[in-house]
Amino acid sequence: MNRTFSTPALVLLIAAAASLPAPLRAQVTFDRMLNAAKEPQNWLTYSGTYMSQRYSPLTQITPRNVKNLEQQWVFQARSLEKFEATPLVVDGIMYTVQAPNEVIALDPISGRVFWAYSYSPSPLSRPCCGRVNRGVAIAGDTLFMGTIDAHLVAIDAKSGRPLWNTVVAKPEAGYAITHAPLVIKDKVIVGVAGGEYGIRGFISAYDVKTGKEAWRFNTIPGPGEPGHETWKGDSWKTGGASVWMTGSYDSDLNLTYWGIGNAGPDYNGDLREGDNLYSSSVVALDADTGKIKWYYQFSPHDEFDYDAVQVPVLADIIWQGVPRRVMLWANRNGFFYVLDRSTGQFLLGKPFVEVNWANGFDEKGRPMRVAGKVPTAEGTVIFPGNQGGTNWYSPSFSPHTGLFYIPTWANYSSLYIKTEAEYEEGRRFVGTSPRSLIGGANGGASKINTRKEDEGYGAVRAIDPATGERKWEFKMNDVTDAGILTTASDVLFSGGREGYFYALDARNGELLWRANVGGLVASGPISYAINGRQYVAISAGNSLFVYALRE
Amino acid sequence: MSRVSLLLFICASITLEAQHSYTPDDIAEGGRLFRANCVLCHGPEGDQIPGIDLGHGKFRQTYSEEALIKIIQAGIPGTAMPPHNLQDFQAGTIVGYLRTMATAGHTVSGNGNAVRGKAVFEGKGGCTACHRVGATGSLTGPDLTDVGAQRRALEIEQSVLDPDAEILPQNRTYRITTKAGETITGRLLNIDSFTVQLLDSKERLLSFSKADLQASAFLDKSPMPSYRDKLSSQELADLIAYLVSLKGI
Repeated sequence: MNRTFSTPALVLLIAAAASLPAPLRAQVTFDRMLNAAKEPQNWLTYSGTYMSQRYSPLTQITPRNVKNLEQQWVFQARSLEKFEATPLVVDGIMYTVQAPNEVIALDPISGRVFWAYSYSPSPLSRPCCGRVNRGVAIAGDTLFMGTIDAHLVAIDAKSGRPLWNTVVAKPEAGYAITHAPLVIKDKVIVGVAGGEYGIRGFISAYDVKTGKEAWRFNTIPGPGEPGHETWKGDSWKTGGASVWMTGSYDSDLNLTYWGIGNAGPDYNGDLREGDNLYSSSVVALDADTGKIKWYYQFSPHDEFDYDAVQVPVLADIIWQGVPRRVMLWANRNGFFYVLDRSTGQFLLGKPFVEVNWANGFDEKGRPMRVAGKVPTAEGTVIFPGNQGGTNWYSPSFSPHTGLFYIPTWANYSSLYIKTEAEYEEGRRFVGTSPRSLIGGANGGASKINTRKEDEGYGAVRAIDPATGERKWEFKMNDVTDAGILTTASDVLFSGGREGYFYALDARNGELLWRANVGGLVASGPISYAINGRQYVAISAGNSLFVYALRE
Repeated sequence: MSRVSLLLFICASITLEAQHSYTPDDIAEGGRLFRANCVLCHGPEGDQIPGIDLGHGKFRQTYSEEALIKIIQAGIPGTAMPPHNLQDFQAGTIVGYLRTMATAGHTVSGNGNAVRGKAVFEGKGGCTACHRVGATGSLTGPDLTDVGAQRRALEIEQSVLDPDAEILPQNRTYRITTKAGETITGRLLNIDSFTVQLLDSKERLLSFSKADLQASAFLDKSPMPSYRDKLSSQELADLIAYLVSLKGI
């Protein structure tokens, strides 16, 4: 696993890394992936490292000089879909994906294109919420992309030529892959989206050389498996429990962690009485076999579409005076959690936004429901609303400040109305959809906003993981679909639906710099370095923007 | 077609309430799609074809929401109901919009005369002091050129009698005071974390950096007066009839 370095050691390390000439291309080995934090000039996996902290050890850009950032280049995608991809930067080459499934290799200094590989998804694909892709993974000299028609494609990183193409699931039944795969050792791991179509979710691993399936973990246990009894009747066959965000990995424990999506139908649990494992849970799987080691269910019998789709953020912190391997998780359901990642033990659960569906936890960490706060035929107002207190966009943990940073929707609720739902393959299976003043990014994104603060607003909230207490808040008028990056120099980068990309002081939330990128920021920033110069990249609107300090 | 065969296919009661639900944005989009695709035959109230009342779930037979979505997309072969190139979600927002029609009631003002209503609008009512129809009138209030295509009679009537009852987010009034001490009130066009855009009473498009303001706030009341006691019931009915007749250019 990745270690946490002391600050002086980091500075030396980064100085050394930054002084290197343009890096030579090399195979991205498992050892390099394990030690990704030691090569901060690169961004080797979706969340930066296996710890998924979205924390860059680079320090050239500081709170003092960040005002001198200037745009270096823009890559305009030819897609009008939301640009949700996080690029990788590997040994002087950037790889990103323009929606739905075109991989682009770029010069990260100039933005010029080396090659493009365009995959044409089946017209039968029907992703619920946009024909999006959040990025690629790399192993050796091979890139991996999941597609919206639920294929997994291997691509030569030098030429952009496809190497193999494996069918993961049936797009006509609503299956899709939208997240960036995760490579561990010789396997590439993906999960399937489709929680609004009555799929039966799974996570599966494929041999990086051949594309042959190595293991599969069904996110809904089948007959005879533990947890199967948490589904009434045949509801397990169409119970959803999708996967649409990249997992994390602890090499010492050899466990890979994944957030599992909502049970289906989303807003009517009558057909699926029970807790509905492993929907709206985090699962810890043996990376070699896919066998489940532990799970924790954030929202048992979820009827609010809360999912548990966040990236599992791993951190080594002092917990009640003792060093502990933990997992930090701000859930769509409005609670911030600390879990022990060796055992899944519940350590802390505390609201980070207004919550009215639960009012605490029992000693095992099960949420205590508030009576009557369920979807009904007449409708029930639930906080947080359908898009959640946060959603899929990555939070960040800075080992330097010790704070956890959450892209937040505050003062936000939805009216949940329950209706009948009947399963038919390939058609939506949700049991109504909640009403809210604020839409999802898919249909509700607008450059116009005249909302009042009590109708909901976006924020970056900084939480002390030791207590769950909020340290500071940076308010926006409109809500946010943007991930967060922190750096070792205590600069925090994020954005929002208003189309600003900005830098905050990670210690106190003070606004340091902003740029108008003119479109919804629905991705997470990254940082990388080439020839000793630190860059920051953000996908926004339909383009990818790159900044560096004025020379 | 035949309207008869259309009726055979789709005139019946359905319970639209017992289906999906949509956000206000979705419903607004559904309304826009409804007006773009459906009103030519069905009318803005959805009741223009005898025996069918889309807004009140009156169809030939009971349909699930999914079935209605399919009908919107595929049409009904052999009838005048054509196919429409809409995604599931788009077609669904139309159904969502229809449901909001179904839950509303009827106007109280009764039948009016649109020609007389125009005279009220431009004369006694003084509406053009704030509102515009076509090229006539002020821009400081909402433009009403196509209000009859955008809004139902019931909603228009409510706005005339009780302007504070529902102020759409795009029609909110906002007041700012600059650091130089100037106070400006106008229709809020857009606000973000760092800037504000207004249309002021002089019809100026103004943009401010929040850093240059000493105060800013929403005004909760509409600047429009109620016409409940200002117009006779006949004048009111005429005015509503006129506004309903405004279908845009």
